[in-house]
Amino acid sequence: MHVEEKLTAETFPAEPEKATLEGKNKFIGFWLFLGGETVLFASLFATYLALNKSHASGPSSQELFELPLAFIMTMILLASSLTSVYSMYHMKNFNFKKMQLWIGLTVLLGASFLALEIYEFNHYVHLGHTITGSAFGSAFYLLVGTHGAHVLFGLCWAIALMVRNSKRGLDLYNAPKYYVFSLYWHFIDVVWVFIFTVVYLMGMVG
Amino acid sequence: MTNNTNHSNVDLAYRRRKSAEEMKHHVISFALMIFLTIIAFIAVGYGDFSPYLVVPFILLLAVVQVILQLYYFMHMNQKGHEAPKLFLFTGVLIAAVTVLCYSTIIWW
Repeated sequence: MHVEEKLTAETFPAEPEKATLEGKNKFIGFWLFLGGETVLFASLFATYLALNKSHASGPSSQELFELPLAFIMTMILLASSLTSVYSMYHMKNFNFKKMQLWIGLTVLLGASFLALEIYEFNHYVHLGHTITGSAFGSAFYLLVGTHGAHVLFGLCWAIALMVRNSKRGLDLYNAPKYYVFSLYWHFIDVVWVFIFTVVYLMGMVG
Repeated sequence: MTNNTNHSNVDLAYRRRKSAEEMKHHVISFALMIFLTIIAFIAVGYGDFSPYLVVPFILLLAVVQVILQLYYFMHMNQKGHEAPKLFLFTGVLIAAVTVLCYSTIIWW
Protein backbone atom coordinates (compact mmCIF):
# COMPACT_ATOMS: atom_id res chain seq x y z
CA MET A 1 0.00 0.00 0.00
CA HIS A 2 1.20 3.47 -0.85
CA VAL A 3 1.52 5.80 2.15
CA GLU A 4 -0.57 8.64 0.75
CA GLU A 5 -3.16 6.47 -0.96
CA LYS A 6 -6.73 7.63 -0.32
CA LEU A 7 -8.28 4.87 1.74
CA THR A 8 -11.82 4.00 2.78
CA ALA A 9 -13.06 2.33 5.95
CA GLU A 10 -13.04 -0.98 4.01
CA THR A 11 -9.49 -0.70 2.67
CA PHE A 12 -7.97 0.81 5.83
CA PRO A 13 -5.72 -1.85 7.44
CA ALA A 14 -6.45 -3.24 10.91
CA GLU A 15 -3.08 -2.04 12.25
CA PRO A 16 -2.56 1.24 10.36
CA GLU A 17 0.38 2.21 12.60
CA LYS A 18 2.40 -0.77 11.37
CA ALA A 19 1.14 -1.10 7.79
CA THR A 20 4.14 0.69 6.23
CA LEU A 21 7.87 0.28 6.73
CA GLU A 22 8.07 3.85 8.02
CA GLY A 23 5.33 3.06 10.54
CA LYS A 24 7.14 -0.08 11.71
CA ASN A 25 10.38 1.88 12.14
CA LYS A 26 8.60 4.60 14.10
CA PHE A 27 7.02 2.00 16.36
CA ILE A 28 10.34 0.28 17.19
CA GLY A 29 12.27 3.53 17.46
CA PHE A 30 9.72 5.10 19.72
CA TRP A 31 9.72 2.21 22.16
CA LEU A 32 13.52 2.39 22.28
CA PHE A 33 13.14 6.08 23.12
CA LEU A 34 10.65 5.22 25.89
CA GLY A 35 13.19 2.78 27.36
CA GLY A 36 15.69 5.66 27.44
CA GLU A 37 13.10 7.97 29.02
CA THR A 38 12.58 5.36 31.75
CA VAL A 39 16.28 5.61 32.60
CA LEU A 40 16.16 9.42 32.55
CA PHE A 41 13.27 9.54 35.00
CA ALA A 42 14.86 6.78 37.11
CA SER A 43 17.91 8.97 37.74
CA LEU A 44 15.65 11.89 38.74
CA PHE A 45 13.53 9.71 41.03
CA ALA A 46 16.65 8.19 42.61
CA THR A 47 18.07 11.68 43.26
CA TYR A 48 14.79 12.80 44.77
CA LEU A 49 14.58 9.75 47.04
CA ALA A 50 18.13 10.35 48.25
CA LEU A 51 17.62 14.06 48.97
CA ASN A 52 13.96 14.56 49.91
CA LYS A 53 14.66 14.92 53.63
CA SER A 54 17.36 17.58 53.13
CA HIS A 55 15.11 20.65 53.13
CA ALA A 56 17.59 22.95 54.96
CA SER A 57 15.75 26.02 56.30
CA GLY A 58 12.89 25.71 53.81
CA PRO A 59 9.57 23.92 54.43
CA SER A 60 9.54 20.11 54.55
CA SER A 61 7.40 17.97 52.26
CA GLN A 62 4.75 17.50 55.00
CA GLU A 63 4.39 21.26 55.46
CA LEU A 64 4.28 21.86 51.71
CA PHE A 65 2.13 19.33 49.91
CA GLU A 66 -1.66 19.39 49.81
CA LEU A 67 -3.48 16.23 48.81
CA PRO A 68 -6.53 17.84 47.08
CA LEU A 69 -4.39 19.60 44.45
CA ALA A 70 -2.31 16.48 43.74
CA PHE A 71 -5.54 14.47 43.51
CA ILE A 72 -7.16 16.84 41.00
CA MET A 73 -4.00 16.90 38.86
CA THR A 74 -3.86 13.10 38.91
CA MET A 75 -7.50 12.79 37.85
CA ILE A 76 -7.03 15.29 35.00
CA LEU A 77 -3.98 13.47 33.65
CA LEU A 78 -5.66 10.05 33.98
CA ALA A 79 -8.71 11.37 32.11
CA SER A 80 -6.45 12.71 29.35
CA SER A 81 -4.96 9.23 29.02
CA LEU A 82 -8.47 7.86 28.41
CA THR A 83 -9.29 10.55 25.82
CA SER A 84 -6.16 9.64 23.85
CA VAL A 85 -7.23 5.97 23.96
CA TYR A 86 -10.59 7.07 22.49
CA SER A 87 -8.72 8.92 19.78
CA MET A 88 -6.86 5.72 18.82
CA TYR A 89 -10.18 3.83 18.85
CA HIS A 90 -11.56 6.24 16.25
CA MET A 91 -8.35 5.99 14.25
CA LYS A 92 -8.80 2.20 13.96
CA ASN A 93 -12.38 2.81 12.81
CA PHE A 94 -11.16 5.31 10.20
CA ASN A 95 -13.10 8.21 11.71
CA PHE A 96 -10.77 11.16 11.25
CA LYS A 97 -13.05 13.89 12.68
CA LYS A 98 -13.66 12.05 15.96
CA MET A 99 -9.97 11.17 16.23
CA GLN A 100 -9.09 14.87 15.95
CA LEU A 101 -11.83 15.77 18.44
CA TRP A 102 -10.53 13.39 21.11
CA ILE A 103 -6.93 14.51 20.55
CA GLY A 104 -8.25 18.05 21.05
CA LEU A 105 -9.82 17.02 24.37
CA THR A 106 -6.51 15.45 25.39
CA VAL A 107 -4.78 18.76 24.67
CA LEU A 108 -7.33 20.68 26.77
CA LEU A 109 -6.91 18.32 29.73
CA GLY A 110 -3.12 18.43 29.38
CA ALA A 111 -3.20 22.23 29.31
CA SER A 112 -5.31 22.39 32.48
CA PHE A 113 -2.89 19.99 34.17
CA LEU A 114 0.00 22.26 33.20
CA ALA A 115 -1.85 25.36 34.44
CA LEU A 116 -2.36 23.71 37.85
CA GLU A 117 1.31 22.75 37.97
CA ILE A 118 2.39 26.33 37.25
CA TYR A 119 0.03 27.56 39.99
CA GLU A 120 1.49 24.95 42.35
CA PHE A 121 5.13 25.87 41.68
CA ASN A 122 4.32 29.56 42.08
CA HIS A 123 2.59 28.84 45.38
CA TYR A 124 5.59 26.83 46.65
CA VAL A 125 8.07 29.54 45.71
CA HIS A 126 6.05 31.99 47.82
CA LEU A 127 6.28 29.55 50.73
CA GLY A 128 10.09 29.60 50.48
CA HIS A 129 10.49 26.31 48.58
CA THR A 130 12.82 27.22 45.70
CA ILE A 131 15.11 25.31 43.36
CA THR A 132 18.21 26.92 44.89
CA GLY A 133 16.95 26.81 48.49
CA SER A 134 17.80 23.24 49.41
CA ALA A 135 18.73 19.82 48.03
CA PHE A 136 15.06 18.84 48.45
CA GLY A 137 14.03 21.89 46.38
CA SER A 138 16.49 21.12 43.57
CA ALA A 139 15.50 17.46 43.39
CA PHE A 140 11.77 18.25 43.54
CA TYR A 141 11.72 20.93 40.84
CA LEU A 142 14.01 18.92 38.59
CA LEU A 143 11.87 15.77 38.79
CA VAL A 144 8.40 17.34 38.64
CA GLY A 145 9.61 20.07 36.26
CA THR A 146 11.07 17.55 33.80
CA HIS A 147 7.70 15.81 33.79
CA GLY A 148 5.96 19.16 33.26
CA ALA A 149 8.31 19.93 30.36
CA HIS A 150 7.33 16.59 28.82
CA VAL A 151 3.66 17.56 29.13
CA LEU A 152 4.38 20.91 27.46
CA PHE A 153 6.27 19.20 24.65
CA GLY A 154 3.38 16.74 24.22
CA LEU A 155 0.89 19.60 23.94
CA CYS A 156 2.95 21.31 21.22
CA TRP A 157 3.32 17.98 19.43
CA ALA A 158 -0.43 17.22 19.50
CA ILE A 159 -1.36 20.71 18.32
CA ALA A 160 1.17 20.47 15.47
CA LEU A 161 -0.30 17.09 14.43
CA MET A 162 -3.87 18.40 14.52
CA VAL A 163 -3.13 21.56 12.55
CA ARG A 164 -0.83 19.98 10.02
CA ASN A 165 -3.20 17.10 9.19
CA SER A 166 -6.51 18.98 9.47
CA LYS A 167 -7.01 19.06 5.67
CA ARG A 168 -5.15 15.88 4.80
CA GLY A 169 -7.47 13.39 6.47
CA LEU A 170 -6.37 10.03 7.78
CA ASP A 171 -3.94 7.92 5.74
CA LEU A 172 -1.03 5.58 6.33
CA TYR A 173 1.37 8.52 6.32
CA ASN A 174 -0.03 10.15 9.44
CA ALA A 175 -1.65 7.20 11.28
CA PRO A 176 1.73 6.11 12.82
CA LYS A 177 2.36 9.72 13.89
CA TYR A 178 -0.87 9.86 15.88
CA TYR A 179 -0.24 6.39 17.29
CA VAL A 180 3.25 7.30 18.52
CA PHE A 181 1.88 10.47 20.11
CA SER A 182 -0.66 8.44 22.05
CA LEU A 183 2.14 6.14 23.31
CA TYR A 184 4.08 9.22 24.44
CA TRP A 185 1.05 10.59 26.25
CA HIS A 186 0.42 7.33 28.11
CA PHE A 187 4.08 7.22 29.08
CA ILE A 188 3.75 10.70 30.62
CA ASP A 189 0.86 9.36 32.64
CA VAL A 190 2.93 6.34 33.74
CA VAL A 191 5.62 8.71 35.04
CA TRP A 192 2.99 10.80 36.83
CA VAL A 193 1.62 7.72 38.61
CA PHE A 194 5.05 7.31 40.22
CA ILE A 195 5.35 11.05 40.91
CA PHE A 196 2.05 11.27 42.77
CA THR A 197 2.90 8.10 44.72
CA VAL A 198 6.59 8.73 45.48
CA VAL A 199 6.63 12.53 45.76
CA TYR A 200 3.21 13.57 47.03
CA LEU A 201 1.78 10.58 48.89
CA MET A 202 5.08 9.37 50.38
CA GLY A 203 5.96 13.00 51.11
CA MET A 204 2.78 13.32 53.19
CA VAL A 205 3.44 10.06 55.04
CA GLY A 206 6.98 11.17 55.87
CA MET B 1 -17.38 -8.04 -7.46
CA THR B 2 -20.52 -8.10 -5.29
CA ASN B 3 -19.08 -11.10 -3.53
CA ASN B 4 -15.90 -9.17 -2.87
CA THR B 5 -17.74 -6.12 -1.42
CA ASN B 6 -19.80 -8.42 0.74
CA HIS B 7 -16.63 -9.97 1.98
CA SER B 8 -15.04 -6.67 2.98
CA ASN B 9 -18.28 -5.58 4.66
CA VAL B 10 -18.26 -8.67 6.82
CA ASP B 11 -14.59 -8.06 7.54
CA LEU B 12 -15.32 -4.43 8.46
CA ALA B 13 -18.20 -5.41 10.76
CA TYR B 14 -15.93 -7.93 12.46
CA ARG B 15 -13.16 -5.38 12.95
CA ARG B 16 -15.58 -2.75 14.28
CA ARG B 17 -16.88 -5.25 16.82
CA LYS B 18 -13.34 -6.22 17.79
CA SER B 19 -12.24 -2.65 18.40
CA ALA B 20 -15.47 -1.94 20.33
CA GLU B 21 -14.63 -4.93 22.49
CA GLU B 22 -11.10 -3.62 23.00
CA MET B 23 -12.46 -0.19 23.90
CA LYS B 24 -14.64 -1.81 26.56
CA HIS B 25 -11.48 -3.32 28.12
CA HIS B 26 -9.88 0.12 28.05
CA VAL B 27 -12.80 1.70 29.87
CA ILE B 28 -12.72 -1.08 32.48
CA SER B 29 -8.99 -0.61 33.05
CA PHE B 30 -9.55 3.16 33.29
CA ALA B 31 -12.19 2.59 36.00
CA LEU B 32 -9.69 0.35 37.83
CA MET B 33 -6.97 3.02 37.62
CA ILE B 34 -9.32 5.65 39.08
CA PHE B 35 -10.28 3.22 41.84
CA LEU B 36 -6.62 2.42 42.69
CA THR B 37 -5.76 6.13 42.75
CA ILE B 38 -8.63 6.93 45.12
CA ILE B 39 -7.63 4.05 47.43
CA ALA B 40 -4.03 5.33 47.53
CA PHE B 41 -5.12 8.89 48.38
CA ILE B 42 -7.55 7.68 51.04
CA ALA B 43 -4.89 5.43 52.62
CA VAL B 44 -2.60 8.44 53.01
CA GLY B 45 -5.14 11.19 53.67
CA TYR B 46 -7.63 9.46 55.97
CA GLY B 47 -6.07 6.16 57.03
CA ASP B 48 -4.21 6.12 60.34
CA PHE B 49 -1.59 3.50 59.49
CA SER B 50 2.11 3.23 60.17
CA PRO B 51 4.34 4.53 57.32
CA TYR B 52 5.95 1.09 57.11
CA LEU B 53 2.57 -0.29 56.06
CA VAL B 54 1.28 2.57 53.89
CA VAL B 55 4.41 3.13 51.75
CA PRO B 56 4.71 -0.45 50.38
CA PHE B 57 0.92 -0.51 49.91
CA ILE B 58 0.72 2.65 47.77
CA LEU B 59 3.83 1.57 45.82
CA LEU B 60 2.08 -1.71 45.03
CA LEU B 61 -1.03 0.17 43.87
CA ALA B 62 1.18 2.35 41.62
CA VAL B 63 2.83 -0.72 40.08
CA VAL B 64 -0.55 -2.33 39.35
CA GLN B 65 -1.80 0.89 37.79
CA VAL B 66 1.30 1.20 35.60
CA ILE B 67 0.92 -2.40 34.42
CA LEU B 68 -2.67 -1.57 33.38
CA GLN B 69 -1.41 1.50 31.48
CA LEU B 70 1.35 -0.42 29.71
CA TYR B 71 -0.59 -3.57 28.84
CA TYR B 72 -3.97 -2.06 27.98
CA PHE B 73 -3.56 1.61 27.09
CA MET B 74 -0.18 1.13 25.39
CA HIS B 75 -1.27 -2.21 23.83
CA MET B 76 1.60 -4.31 25.21
CA ASN B 77 -0.91 -7.18 25.59
CA GLN B 78 -1.16 -7.39 21.77
CA LYS B 79 1.00 -9.45 19.44
CA GLY B 80 4.17 -8.00 17.94
CA HIS B 81 5.34 -6.23 21.09
CA GLU B 82 8.48 -8.29 21.75
CA ALA B 83 10.91 -5.46 20.96
CA PRO B 84 8.95 -2.90 23.05
CA LYS B 85 9.03 -5.31 25.98
CA LEU B 86 12.78 -5.78 25.61
CA PHE B 87 13.39 -2.01 25.53
CA LEU B 88 11.01 -1.14 28.31
CA PHE B 89 12.02 -3.88 30.72
CA THR B 90 15.71 -3.11 30.17
CA GLY B 91 14.83 0.48 31.11
CA VAL B 92 12.92 -0.72 34.17
CA LEU B 93 15.84 -2.92 35.24
CA ILE B 94 18.30 -0.02 35.03
CA ALA B 95 15.75 2.16 36.84
CA ALA B 96 15.44 -0.34 39.69
CA VAL B 97 19.22 -0.61 40.11
CA THR B 98 19.62 3.20 40.02
CA VAL B 99 16.93 3.79 42.63
CA LEU B 100 18.26 1.00 44.85
CA CYS B 101 21.80 2.35 44.58
CA TYR B 102 20.90 5.97 45.31
CA SER B 103 18.59 5.19 48.20
CA THR B 104 21.13 2.94 49.95
CA ILE B 105 24.74 4.02 49.40
CA ILE B 106 24.31 7.80 49.51
CA TRP B 107 23.91 8.08 53.27
CA TRP B 108 26.25 5.26 54.22
